[in-house]
Amino acid sequence: MSAVLPPASDASIAPEPQEPKGPAPREAGTSVWGAAFARMRRNPQAIAGAAIVLLFVLVAILAPILAPFAGTALPGRAEITPTSIPVPGELAQYPLGLDRFGGDVLSKLIWGAQASLLIGLVSTALGLAGGMLLGLIAAGFGGWVDNVVMRVVDILLSVPNLLLAVSIAAVLGQTPAAVMIAIGASQVPIFARLLRSSMLQQRSADYVLAAQTLGLSRRTITMSHVLPNSLGPVVVQATLALATAVIDAAALSFLGLGGGRPETAEWGRMLTYAQNELAIAPHLAFLPGICIAITALGFTLFGESLREALDPRQRKA
Amino acid sequence: MLRVIGKRLLLLVPTLVGLSLLLFLWVRALPGGPATALLGERATPEAIERINALYGFDRPLWEQYVTYMGRLVTGDFGVSIETGRPVLEEFARRFPATLELATFAILFAVLIGVPLGYLAAKHYGRAIDHGSVVLSLLGIVVPVFFLAFILKYVFAVQLGWFPPDGRQDPRIDATHATGFWVLDGFLTGELDAAGDAFLHLVLPGIALGTIPLAIIVRITRASVLDVLGADYVRTARSKGILESTIRDRFVLRNAMLPVVTTIGLQVGLLISGAVLTETVFAFAGVGQFLASAIFARDFPVLQGFILFIAVGYALINLVVDVSYSFIDPRVRVQ
Repeated sequence: MSAVLPPASDASIAPEPQEPKGPAPREAGTSVWGAAFARMRRNPQAIAGAAIVLLFVLVAILAPILAPFAGTALPGRAEITPTSIPVPGELAQYPLGLDRFGGDVLSKLIWGAQASLLIGLVSTALGLAGGMLLGLIAAGFGGWVDNVVMRVVDILLSVPNLLLAVSIAAVLGQTPAAVMIAIGASQVPIFARLLRSSMLQQRSADYVLAAQTLGLSRRTITMSHVLPNSLGPVVVQATLALATAVIDAAALSFLGLGGGRPETAEWGRMLTYAQNELAIAPHLAFLPGICIAITALGFTLFGESLREALDPRQRKA
Repeated sequence: MLRVIGKRLLLLVPTLVGLSLLLFLWVRALPGGPATALLGERATPEAIERINALYGFDRPLWEQYVTYMGRLVTGDFGVSIETGRPVLEEFARRFPATLELATFAILFAVLIGVPLGYLAAKHYGRAIDHGSVVLSLLGIVVPVFFLAFILKYVFAVQLGWFPPDGRQDPRIDATHATGFWVLDGFLTGELDAAGDAFLHLVLPGIALGTIPLAIIVRITRASVLDVLGADYVRTARSKGILESTIRDRFVLRNAMLPVVTTIGLQVGLLISGAVLTETVFAFAGVGQFLASAIFARDFPVLQGFILFIAVGYALINLVVDVSYSFIDPRVRVQ
C-alpha cells in the first residue's frame, strides 16, 4: 500500500483562515481552518465575539473621525472645580461628561480604544514571534537544545504572568513601548510551550510518517508539514492573549508604569486617576472599566469559540 | 512519598538558581547600569559612582554574582532602598496580611465556585447553568482593580456596609501577636477587633477571589459534566444507590482532581491580583508594598519579591500534586 497524504492536512498548510467552499463543512477537501470557520458561523458565541472585536477595531481605526475632540485636548477645563466634575448628560457638548483635567470622556474613550488596540496587537505580535521562535527551536532541534530552551521557559513560567510584565516594564522605564515589550515578553513562555507541545503531538501523526517514507528532509517536514498543522492552539492562544494584553496594559498603567502625561487617553490611565474622584464622579471609573471588560469579552468569546471549533474531539461529535 | 517530595524539592533548585541568575542580570543589563535605575536619568556622574562603589556594581560581574548568591543562600535579600530596612524583614512584617487576604479570597472562591459549578453541571442547559457560564466569563474579563473600584464605590462609599480601606478601624487599639489580625482578635479575646478586621477583609477578598471563582466554576462544571456521563455513575444509579451518595462518593470525588490542580494554579493570579487589590483598598500587605516599590524603582525589593513568589508558587503546586494521592488513591505520585 502506498502512503497517501490525507487531503485535509495538505489543504491546511495555508495558515490563512479560509472560507468554506461548500455547504457541507466536513466534506473531503475542506481545510481544518475552513471547517472551523464554518462551525463558528453557526455559533452565536463566536458571532457575538466577532461583532465586539469588529466594533472595537472600527472605533480604534476611525477614532480621528468619531472622536469630537483630540485625545490630549482639554476642552472643558473651565467647567471643572475641585469639588465637582460634570457627569454624563450634564453638559450637552460633553455627552459622557468630563474628567478631572477637563478632557472630554467620550473622546478619550474612543482614543483609548486605539491605544488599547495598538498595545494589544504589538505586544501579542511580540509574544507570538518570540514564543514561536523558541517553541520551533525546541521542537525542531530536540535533544539538549530542547532541554535548555524549555528550562528557561520553565523559569519564566515560575513567575506569575502579570508580575513578569511588571518587572520587565519597571526595568525598561516609563514609556508606552516598555509596556508593549513587557506584556509581549511575559507571553513568550506560554506561546513557546504551546507550539512545542503541539508540534511534538503532530510529529507522531501518520502524515509525518508518510512524508518520511517519501524521503522528505527533516527540515521540510518540520517547516511545511508539522509547523502549519501545529498552529491551531497557538492561534487560539493569541486571540485570548489579546484580551489579557488589554487587561494587563490597564493594570500596568494603573501601577504607574507606561509613562506619558496623566491626561493620556488610555483606559488604564483613566481608571488610575478616577480612583481619587470615586465619590464625586464614579462615571470616570465605570466607563473605561466597562470598555476594558467588553473588549476583553469580545476577544475571549471569539478565542474560545475558535478553540471549540478547532478541537478534534468536537469535530468527531 | 517522602522520597518523591525530596526529589521534587531538589528539582526546584536549578529553576531557582536560573531565576536568580536572570534576576541578577536583569538589573545589571539596564541601559546606564543599576545606579541609573536607582537614581533616575538625571543623576550626576559623582552620585552614580558613589552608588556603584556602595553596592559593589564596579566589581567584575562574576565577583558580584558570587557575592549575590552567597547572600541569597544565607537569606540576605538586600536592603530596601525606600525604607532602608532588610527586604526579608519588610516581607515578614507584611506577609501575614496578604496571606490572610488570600485565604479569604480562595475560601470565597472555593466555597461558592465548587457548589455553583456542580449545580450548573447537574442542571446542564438550564438557567443556573447559563448563569454560571455568564458569571465565569464576567469574572475573567473584568479587570481586578476595576472590580475593586466597583465594590468599594457601591458597598463602602454608597451603602457604607464595609470600610473603604485599611486593615482595621484606627480607633480600635488591638494587640497583634501573629500578624493575622482576625486570628489575633480571637487569641486575645478582643472579638470586636477580630470582627472589624474581618469586615476589612470582605471587599478586597471578594475582589481578589473573583477571578479564581470564575475559573473554579468553569473547571468544576466541565469536570462534573465529564464524570456525570461516566459508566460507573450510570451503574451506581441503576443499582439504586442514594443520589446523595452518588454525588459525594462518585461524582464529586472523581471530579475534584482537575479542580484541585486549578486551585493550585490560582496562587499566581492571587499574588498578581493582590498587588492591584491591596493598592485600591490601601491594605498594608506585600502587594501594596510591591506596588510602591515599583513606583520608587526599589529593585532589591522587586528582586527579592519575585524570588520569594517563585518559591511559594512552586511549593504550593508541590502540595497540590501530593494532595492528589489523598483525593484519588489511583494516582500515585511519581
